[in-house]
Amino acid sequence: MSTAPTALTATDFASDQDIRWCPGCGDYSILAQMKKVLPQIGVPREQIVFISGIGCSSRFPYYMNTYGMHSIHGRAPALATGLKSVRQDLQVWVITGDGDALSIGGNHFVHCIRRNVDLKIVLFNNRIYGLTKGQYSPTSPLGKVTASTPYGAIDNPLHPLSVAIGCEASFVARSIDVNVKHLGETLKRAALHKCTAFVEVYQNCNVFNDGAWDYATDKNTKFDTVIELEHGKPLIFGKNKDKGIRLNGTEPEIVDLGKGVNPDDLLFHDEKSPEPTLAYLLSRMRHPEFPEPIGVFRDVDAPKYDVELNHQIETARGKRGPGDLNALFHSGETWTVA
Amino acid sequence: MSTTTIEPNLETHKEVQQVPSATVRFAGDSGDGMQLTGDQFTRTSALVGNDVATFPDYPAEIRAPRGTLAGVSGFQVHFSSTDIYTPGDMLDALVVMNPAALKTNLTDLRKGGVLIANSDNFEKKDCEMAGYEANPLDSEVLEHTYQLYKVPMTKIVREALKDTGMGTKEIDRCKNYFALGLVYWLYGRDMQPTIRATEEKFATKPQLIEANVRALKAGWNYGETTDAFHSSYRVDKARLAPGTYKNMKGNTALAWGLMTAAHLSGKELFLGSYPITPASDILHELSKYKHFGVRTLQAEDEIAAICSAIGAAYGGHMAITTSSGPGIALKGEAIGLAIMLELPLLVINIQRGGPSTGLPTKTEQADLFQAIIGRNGESPMPVIAARSPSDCFEVAQEAWRISTRFMTPVMLLSDGYIANGSEPWMIPDISKLPKIEVKHPGPLESGEKFLPYRRDDMLSRPWALQGTKGLMYRIGGLEKQDITGNVNYEPENHQHMINTRAKKVENVASQIPLQQIEGPATGDLLVLSWGGTYGACKTAVEECLEDGLSVAHCHLRWLNPFPRNLEKILRSYKKVLVPELNMGQLRTFIRAKYLIDAQGFNKVKGRPFAVQEIANEIRKQLGLSGNGQPTREANAAVAALAGATDDGG
Repeated sequence: MSTAPTALTATDFASDQDIRWCPGCGDYSILAQMKKVLPQIGVPREQIVFISGIGCSSRFPYYMNTYGMHSIHGRAPALATGLKSVRQDLQVWVITGDGDALSIGGNHFVHCIRRNVDLKIVLFNNRIYGLTKGQYSPTSPLGKVTASTPYGAIDNPLHPLSVAIGCEASFVARSIDVNVKHLGETLKRAALHKCTAFVEVYQNCNVFNDGAWDYATDKNTKFDTVIELEHGKPLIFGKNKDKGIRLNGTEPEIVDLGKGVNPDDLLFHDEKSPEPTLAYLLSRMRHPEFPEPIGVFRDVDAPKYDVELNHQIETARGKRGPGDLNALFHSGETWTVA
Repeated sequence: MSTTTIEPNLETHKEVQQVPSATVRFAGDSGDGMQLTGDQFTRTSALVGNDVATFPDYPAEIRAPRGTLAGVSGFQVHFSSTDIYTPGDMLDALVVMNPAALKTNLTDLRKGGVLIANSDNFEKKDCEMAGYEANPLDSEVLEHTYQLYKVPMTKIVREALKDTGMGTKEIDRCKNYFALGLVYWLYGRDMQPTIRATEEKFATKPQLIEANVRALKAGWNYGETTDAFHSSYRVDKARLAPGTYKNMKGNTALAWGLMTAAHLSGKELFLGSYPITPASDILHELSKYKHFGVRTLQAEDEIAAICSAIGAAYGGHMAITTSSGPGIALKGEAIGLAIMLELPLLVINIQRGGPSTGLPTKTEQADLFQAIIGRNGESPMPVIAARSPSDCFEVAQEAWRISTRFMTPVMLLSDGYIANGSEPWMIPDISKLPKIEVKHPGPLESGEKFLPYRRDDMLSRPWALQGTKGLMYRIGGLEKQDITGNVNYEPENHQHMINTRAKKVENVASQIPLQQIEGPATGDLLVLSWGGTYGACKTAVEECLEDGLSVAHCHLRWLNPFPRNLEKILRSYKKVLVPELNMGQLRTFIRAKYLIDAQGFNKVKGRPFAVQEIANEIRKQLGLSGNGQPTREANAAVAALAGATDDGG
């Protein structure tokens, strides 16, 4: 960031490529929010890189007027780790989907989070394989009937946030494609976080899995099925803010406020808690038994691979001076032939 | 016996025989320290000015069950007063620490060679472990065929170290130094380099220094003072070209070559790697040099290893991934991505025995098909191969020069034999090495559109870096339109891009040296080789030339593309013989490309070629009989004492 850039707008972040997602796809909303949020972050376009894998969501980099790479299936976190390891000056985003991140790229996903590289990972979760035309994904629910599961899916789904928190991710959040204001705020929080920031976005595939998130987006039900997390605040939900989540031992339970239950009796959200236990518990609150939390589950600081790696380089140079090949070649046992 | 009366370096009082060269192998259980012993002998021989070549050979298991045939570990050293290019065919001296080592190594010992056995390890139980019904050291045929020395090493070392306060188990671990000391005496070697190395290694453990040095001297003294040994041998200094030398292993030379290439191109080096035999030593070596700006990432798998490297290349660094065949198979899709992205990247394959897990610690050169054509789609990439340990240093720079000039991944092939073998390396003057020029486009402020696939005269595209204003561009694995780099599915464009990527790799031939040959420019037979078989082929051809045969040697460094003048060379000989440690992979390419009826000489046993195998094949191809030198002991009685015959001559 050299001179103060003139204020950019969402349009400045749009590339010249035609967008080829299906009309009505939830991806449009995420793209729009990204273009809207990035000018607010203040990082120049040439210092932003989007890296994706394979899938509908992975077309994303083509539509951003930044640097970008549409790579191979599941490998975006590994590519981004290499890039960020050598280029700390860049802001690197990984755009992925439920199949890309959790199936073919599951290994890279967990190791990227474990290393806590300063990357922002946005997982578009539509609970289906869209690009390959409708096979079930690792987040599809049990019993899901798809092109490849005509008798219903029989493998237990993964829950992206539980996986990420299991790897002790330092930043974990969830938002919903149509909840644009919340989505924009969540992406902004991720952009500003200085470690691996992981955001799951409930994204509707209106062609192969339409309505997968209706329970969370329907005007009539969303107040009972979604609970918005706020740091330091009790977990309250419902159209009239009359229900809450209370801990009963180590189990969450839904309680009605009033009738002897005060907000102070409820579970208070603490995104800064050093232990990931609470965040994990929140990630286990699932529809239909519980309202599903959205917002930032966890936001803590932790050692970052890319920072530590470059710190080791600087420390070694400080101690030993810059490398001298000639001295290295002549170190140890040598002999001279006249 | 005394361990203090004779100081190291004292000249022997016994008869000394001068020999031009010698080949020695130390063989024992994998816990016996044979690799360390061989390594010390090599360093000492290099320091006294011999040319040296080594062949460590060890099992894949870290500790196979004690005393078994599977657990035998060996280290062979060829040291000479003349230039040598192989670790030697037949052994002049063999040290065996147990019956299993005798059984698996005996056929390699030449008739009349020195056989030293730790007789304390030939108890009934030990012999049975190796499948001997009776103690083989009692066999008359051994006495008659070789100079057999039965040395009670364990007893002597225990006696020599009894007052060190060490336990028997620890004391017994010093017996490899006794063997080393004895062989030092046998070849009149100076013990000081090993004593110094021991002092450095155990700087904080004076007891271990004392113990090892005592064992070493006890071995030397045993040779000098007992009546068993009547004479010893001397191998003079080699007349190497003037310069300062260092003994180098292939993997170390490769790592240093990569660091040198980074330096010459003004880049910092990034290695993404996943541990795999026999490539891991490159990761270990490069990890040490943080102050050179070397960044190493031990990735979660082979795919992440190469992908992280592609990410680093995309960010403008010198990017490398190292592996062996099974790992290269996993990297295939990502190599294709690098070909499509047209980014510089070195993919290094230290080949081992395959397929699948195969023979992890044994050598083979059967990944040439994989290197040249082993990916989906039309995906050409340049392929270069090292020929010897010290050659790895140059090949690394050459590979990076081509990779950056052409914006393409380059496959660099080595093998387990080169990687773990060592030879003298003349330390270069860095200021005289050719710079590797790398360019990146500057910012575009005018609003002009950047064209990431606009090509230069060699069809290479610009290496545009993030952070450069106005160049923001998107690339990916989908087929792209030439010049703009936009996604494009048009039939004509795809054909055009396929042709362009192929032509770009063909253009490499214009930037590499013309092929050289050794021997006459025309003749009856050309030996065409590549990779680690260089030394055996070169030595065999030299022998045949001395015998007056019409034969020449052509050794390829670049396997894709071939040098421009290769066809002309191949057509200048009546026959072309391609010896390979595979079933004929280079031969297949040669026949396909040039329609030349090249003949194969193929062996896939996890072992390098012996010089005599090649020399005999040359004679056979020329209609001559062998030169009468057997490569392996043919005596049936000896064969009965040895394990499964290896190369069978």
